[in-house]
Amino acid sequence: MMTTLAYVVAYLGIVFFLIACIARFMMWSKMPMHVRWELYPVAHEGGGKAEYGGSYLEDSEWWSKKREVSLVGELKVMVPEILFLVALREHNKKLWTRSFPFHFGLYLVGGATALMLFAGLIVGYGPDSIGNPVAELMGWVLPVLGGAGLVLGILGAVGLVLRRMARELSDYTAPADLFNLVFFIVAFGVALVTFVGFDRDFSMVGSFVTNLVTFNLAPIGDGTAGLMLVLSVVLLAVLVAYIPTTHMSHFIGKYFAYHSIRWQDDPNLPGGKQEKIIQELLSRPVTWSAPHIGADGKKSWLDVTLEDQDK
Amino acid sequence: MKQPDSVKDMGKKPGEPLAQINQLEQIPLPPPFDNLEDEPEFAQLSDEAREKYVVLDDTIAVNIKKPETKEEEDALVNGFLSGLEKLFSVEDNWTFLQPFEMSMEHCAKCQSCSDSCPIYEESGQNELYRPIYRSEILRRIYFKYIKKASPALHGDIDLNWETVARLIELSYRCNLCRRCAQTCPIGADNGLLSREIRKIASMEMGIVPREIHDDGSVLQLQVGSSTGMTPMIVKDNIEFIDEDTAERTGVPIETPFDVQGADILLIHNAGEIMAWPENPGAFATLFEAAGLSWTLSSDVLGYDGINYGVWYDDVQFARVAVRHAQVAKKLGVKKIVLGECGHAHKALTVIADKVLTGDLNIPRESAMVTMRDIVRSGVLKLDKSRNDFPVTLHDPCNMVRLMGIVSPQREIIDAVVPEGRFREMAPHGVENYCCGGGSGFAIMSGHNFQDWRHRMTGRRKFRQILDSFQDESMDPKHYKYVCAPCSNCKGQIRDIINYYDAFEKAGIYYGGLVELIVNAMEDVQPGFIDWEWH
Repeated sequence: MMTTLAYVVAYLGIVFFLIACIARFMMWSKMPMHVRWELYPVAHEGGGKAEYGGSYLEDSEWWSKKREVSLVGELKVMVPEILFLVALREHNKKLWTRSFPFHFGLYLVGGATALMLFAGLIVGYGPDSIGNPVAELMGWVLPVLGGAGLVLGILGAVGLVLRRMARELSDYTAPADLFNLVFFIVAFGVALVTFVGFDRDFSMVGSFVTNLVTFNLAPIGDGTAGLMLVLSVVLLAVLVAYIPTTHMSHFIGKYFAYHSIRWQDDPNLPGGKQEKIIQELLSRPVTWSAPHIGADGKKSWLDVTLEDQDK
Repeated sequence: MKQPDSVKDMGKKPGEPLAQINQLEQIPLPPPFDNLEDEPEFAQLSDEAREKYVVLDDTIAVNIKKPETKEEEDALVNGFLSGLEKLFSVEDNWTFLQPFEMSMEHCAKCQSCSDSCPIYEESGQNELYRPIYRSEILRRIYFKYIKKASPALHGDIDLNWETVARLIELSYRCNLCRRCAQTCPIGADNGLLSREIRKIASMEMGIVPREIHDDGSVLQLQVGSSTGMTPMIVKDNIEFIDEDTAERTGVPIETPFDVQGADILLIHNAGEIMAWPENPGAFATLFEAAGLSWTLSSDVLGYDGINYGVWYDDVQFARVAVRHAQVAKKLGVKKIVLGECGHAHKALTVIADKVLTGDLNIPRESAMVTMRDIVRSGVLKLDKSRNDFPVTLHDPCNMVRLMGIVSPQREIIDAVVPEGRFREMAPHGVENYCCGGGSGFAIMSGHNFQDWRHRMTGRRKFRQILDSFQDESMDPKHYKYVCAPCSNCKGQIRDIINYYDAFEKAGIYYGGLVELIVNAMEDVQPGFIDWEWH
């Protein structure tokens, strides 16, 4: 009964997480085109310009030339930024010493979970000749990844809680910010106790995940071990579902912050596809109330822009 | 130093300044200005001003009158909330909706941005000027009073007229240089949030500093230029500048006006024509020597590239940008070249990129690029030894950090300044510091605002300038040149050099980039840069 509850909550948590992430992604991607607000260096600028923060606007007659856009340039910035939080390290070393272990811990736990899902599929649906060695390998890999991830995540979260109590951060810290971190500490802490006390080879949780992906809701673990497994799964599943509903969804927002704003330098070329979008946006009604705007809720951006010329 | 204890102080302590700077506690400047006691005394606000207007700190930028009735108080609060709501509307704020929401939702309040802000740093890290201080107040107002969310989720704040009025005033304590945004690990932009607060004030409540609205964009749209110059006056002035320039260079020039079908429409910041006539004179000399097909326009707005809307109002911005494009269209030019004005660069090239369509979408190019191409072409005979003095370069934020135009100006300097004479500021390029005049400050001078600007916003730039010349003699007869290829930056640098008597005491002079080129042209009489203080 208890394990069934864990399966149900795990499914719900995963489904809710995916739906919420997709909804967030859609929300950001469906926003209207905005005016350009890029900030240099722009990582995809080609021709060596990204190195010093240059742009295609340095080129003569840039509008008549093919732009050099470098995906490699973007990856050279994005990958270290995602993995090692480079910007934070550069501009806020004190916080980075807490935030980096926290985030890297999450990556390791996430990685271990992904491996468990992958291994679960192989063990559950593949032949034993492949499934057995994979299971054996996981018995070595998962405790290292998962254990290290949980420890780093807890240490980082504790460090972040303490840091948020420092004078310069405490006034800007809402109770919810502390709750989020404490939630991580509790969920990861319970998972760590389960791992250290009852499941050092990750066999129990591995079996749980295999059952999860094969839709086999068989009971796992007895007594305290089973109870701890259920508690860990429920807490982690609720945490996973909770993340995208908060500003911790910045892992989605950050993609747009960089690609749609900071690095968004696509020019609106004459006759290009952006012109139609802009014309549609300029036809939207304006309701700003200051007298000099001259809006009445019906006049469009174009109307109020051209209106002063009639005077 | 007086400073707020908390963001919650914004609506408390009515009538009292929340922050005050003790000038003797500021970080000393480099020599020879390293004695704090020798610095000019900071002018205080008058008692009358403190009585009449909302008080935030040591100065006043916006002149928001204290409400006298409950209705007036409510109007401030309700107007602000109404405007804040509109910032989240696609109709009213498609222009910035995504960047705005991103910064409102995803700031982790980690303070990675604080040290990047020259105002916060030069204030001695006064809490009021911390980049996220104003953003956090805006965020809390939004979540508590519009979204009706629990303060436990996003923090608490009291909302009264004083909170609103002070927040608007505080939005004019930011240069909008976006150095803070550059450091944000997530991509939040406190500079943008300052601008969005300014937008609420202007576009919803009609509250704007006089210098940038009534005497700025409104005047420009009415008569053609915020300087007040009409088309007739501008032509007269340019004629005079041509004569004066020809006298100095020995090269006769006649600036072409309204040449139909010219390749280039050159648009200056009209402030150059009024305050630094050698700049348009140098452009004319250079373009004529290069044999370019170019023209100025005498049409209304065609001779003043400024667009103050970029600092506070999207509609005023669009009105000016469209008028600039219409002028170019009427002349049938192939491209618009923007003179030495950073915000005009960004306004017409980058921001207006998503406003101008069809036959108004005329290519725009930076004068840095045009001048670089002239220098590269070899058409000019250049004698670097004419610029044999120490030179440093100021990077205008709008042109560099916000447009990525970094190398052309350096390539020009390489071509016209002898080896070993040029030194970069630290930091420079896209990591530069604002001159201190950004976002309209260079033209704002009500009450004691100019003093505040020198002590707070321009101090970091002055520090950089002094640092860059520390290996040189500070003898006033040993001239040193600060090259600032932007009209507003030049105005700010002029003001701060003047404030500290840095020309008389240390020989620090300033000017544009085109002047350095013309000064090095062999076909021109030596001494175009005349080292006379103005």
